[in-house]
Amino acid sequence: MNIQYSDALVIGGGLAGLRAAIEVAKSGQSVTLLSICPVKRSHSAAVQGGMQASLGNGAKGEGDNEDLHFADTVKGSDWGCDQEVARMFAQTAPKAVRELAAWGVPWTRVTKGPRTVVINAQKTVIEEKEEAHGLINARDFGGTKKWRTCYIADATGHCMLYGVANEAIKHQVKVIDRMEAVRIIHDGKKCLGVIARDLTNGQLIAYIARGTMIATGGYGRIYKQTTNAVICEGTGAAIALETGLCRLSNMEAVQFHPTPIVPSGILLTEGCRGDGGILRDVDGYRFMPDYEPEKKELASRDVVSRRMMEHIRKGKGVKSPYGDHLWLDISILGRAHVEKNLRDVQDICKTFNGIDPADEGPKGWAPVLPMQHYSMGGIRTKPTGESQWLDGLFACGEAACWDMHGFNRLGGNSCAETVVAGMIVGDYFADYCKNNGEVVDTNVVKDFLSKEYQYLKSLVDKEGQNDVFEIKNRMKEVMWDKVAIFRTGEGLKEAVNELEELYKKSLNVKVHCKELDAANPELEEAYRVPRMLKVALCVAYGALLRTESRGAHYREDYPKRDDLNWMKRTLTYWVEGETLPKVEYDELDIMKMEMPPAFRGYGAKGNIIENPLSEKRQAEVDAIREKMESEGKGRYEIQNALMPYELQAKYKAPNQRIGVDYE
Amino acid sequence: MSRKLTIKAFKYNPLSKISKPHFVTYELEETPFMTVFVCLTQIREKMDADLSFDFVCRAGICGSCAMMINGVPKLACKTLTKDYPDGVIELMPMPAFKHIKDLSVNTGEWFEDMCKRVESWVHNEKETDISKIEERIEPEVADETFELDRCIECGICVASCATKLMRPNFIAATGLLRTARYLQDPHDHRTVEDFYELVGDDDGVFGCMSLLACEDNCPKELPLQSKIAYMRRQLVAQKCK
Repeated sequence: MNIQYSDALVIGGGLAGLRAAIEVAKSGQSVTLLSICPVKRSHSAAVQGGMQASLGNGAKGEGDNEDLHFADTVKGSDWGCDQEVARMFAQTAPKAVRELAAWGVPWTRVTKGPRTVVINAQKTVIEEKEEAHGLINARDFGGTKKWRTCYIADATGHCMLYGVANEAIKHQVKVIDRMEAVRIIHDGKKCLGVIARDLTNGQLIAYIARGTMIATGGYGRIYKQTTNAVICEGTGAAIALETGLCRLSNMEAVQFHPTPIVPSGILLTEGCRGDGGILRDVDGYRFMPDYEPEKKELASRDVVSRRMMEHIRKGKGVKSPYGDHLWLDISILGRAHVEKNLRDVQDICKTFNGIDPADEGPKGWAPVLPMQHYSMGGIRTKPTGESQWLDGLFACGEAACWDMHGFNRLGGNSCAETVVAGMIVGDYFADYCKNNGEVVDTNVVKDFLSKEYQYLKSLVDKEGQNDVFEIKNRMKEVMWDKVAIFRTGEGLKEAVNELEELYKKSLNVKVHCKELDAANPELEEAYRVPRMLKVALCVAYGALLRTESRGAHYREDYPKRDDLNWMKRTLTYWVEGETLPKVEYDELDIMKMEMPPAFRGYGAKGNIIENPLSEKRQAEVDAIREKMESEGKGRYEIQNALMPYELQAKYKAPNQRIGVDYE
Repeated sequence: MSRKLTIKAFKYNPLSKISKPHFVTYELEETPFMTVFVCLTQIREKMDADLSFDFVCRAGICGSCAMMINGVPKLACKTLTKDYPDGVIELMPMPAFKHIKDLSVNTGEWFEDMCKRVESWVHNEKETDISKIEERIEPEVADETFELDRCIECGICVASCATKLMRPNFIAATGLLRTARYLQDPHDHRTVEDFYELVGDDDGVFGCMSLLACEDNCPKELPLQSKIAYMRRQLVAQKCK
């Protein structure tokens, strides 16, 4: 029996897990991090565009601060987020960028003087201030008031991931790669660690710790069309679900990104549009201004994706063997800009489609279509990152529903969330590990180990009837056809029924390769696919029950955002032996919000079933603000009066900015 | 017009007592812009679920899928089948790394060791107050650091390196590039002397035979040779002081 002990255990080696592990290591405790692949290969590396933080260095970022970042995030979420968490996040994001800079992440910097940029398809000259020279620059992204997205060409995630992973090596985080967590060990109340399977030799190992954190990313691979890496199968969230205790939250909130390239689904960053790229239809016509005159291509992702699909439905898509698509034109930015700031985009277009996007005219246009991109839902946690239902289990990053994105995430906010949550939740997690969990009953551990071995053995021994790949591919099709950008009650009902059937089938598959003590990719599919189906069912079932449209969740039969009935978070959990998740809800309290629900500023107007509490709370907020402003109170005091929030002092400290110092 | 592709994949499980190294041949229909990633996924789903190989991003940015493709180390996800006129593609695992199974090798372990050897992190005594405005960096200097920060640790330069195959402890182009990256970064306060301690020997910068395959095969087109030469000049100058 192989049992490994450490103070803290982190599952997942992307930006969130690594950053949290560093926080634990800095507290003087031992930390083991398990990763399914070498950590520098994590999906975090795929972040191209950048990370939002209100540094306000560049001319187009002038006047930016946490308040604006918070407001954009709440609007972006379509009022589905936890506003206290959004505050914690906005306050810490500038510190996260600055910390990474100190760790050597080579952020693109501001050059003083005039600079030509493309805004609304027009070349425009902006003047960068002398005092900003050499500070971190930012580009424009959708749904934000200021240019706030800090970046490194279009390889932001790569550089951030390397910076953080190298820092983890420095702090002696014990990283074990090709190690997959397959079961959470718990005694019904408290998480004791995980059973993990070594993907190189099939060995089962129990990793025991005072606290366990899941930071395994999203679940995009339950969809046929996705920008996600092949490892983003949601199995980290699924093992939490399989405890029968932890809740997954808002799983129906799935983001579709407007510009993955067709057919491979590899992402072309939002930076393409942020930097001034535009969308065109079959006639070469720029259609977005007709739908969204104010924000055009830079409305939030859910809005742009829907507008694109709407335009395709009007017959304006480009026919191709892979279905209809639209065009993304970045050639208008000029070859020099593409080759410097969008180099990976150019490389992807050239390699996978034989197109040079810097070529002017239709020759350089890239075929794009909205595809699954981000999972707003995940393991529900408190603002500290700990599960409400299982002591000692924390979650952070895309695997978690912390919940700062609500029903739609703004571009640049997920990459920011990974490191920011890594800092904040990582610190709470380190405290927890220091103060909790002394006694481990090894009998419980032994029991879990032997059960897991028996389970895997039963998978290879069973002479099942079904092919695991057929089930998996059918699941992906069902999700794409019926639980994607446009949803209807009828389609969702069909999806839930078929997914349930597929789940039952997935329990009876035939594994040809019988080896347990070896790398066995077929066996991996056999235990992962039922988990993916559980996640898919949480998504589809949650979507079926949510009879409104909010953010990325769009119901054609219920097109309005229904604040009267749906100011609530979906919580799903799984009872062992069942074939459908159980669902319950968690109310969002409008009367505690700093920003009560209102119109987002983009998308269709008048599409809200209002809640009378919104107006009531808004009046309260206005009165407090007016009174305090007349008394000469500063923005921090006013904020605190409107909605106090907890945050570690080191992160809550004001952020210094040029021109305004700490104001 | 579609044609038939012949994929010959190396199979061997070093942990098994009965497994012997051999090739298995698979035939499949070529589709437009087909990559080796697409081929291997089809093979696993329809022909041989037991074939081990590694992919993560499938977009040429994570470095997981490096393997020998007709004798040359390449990223399988970025390798198009149309570039092989006779339609025959032979796949083998990369040399120089510990073999896991079939086409899969352990690059993670090697790179973690390399990072520890060159102390691949910023060395700096200063405590940074992250509430304060960040240190100013000249924009061109930041861009130059980025140019050297683009290595994806795919291992292709390591597998391409004759010195590495003869001298197991050789740090290879990627390790030397990493030293150049930190020497270039103003956040790192290490001196040339410090780097001499780390890589100033035959397992480091003086072991390189300048055969150039590392740079020829690098999928990120990194300036490996000029940076090795740069490090060598710096360290020689240090030694001759």
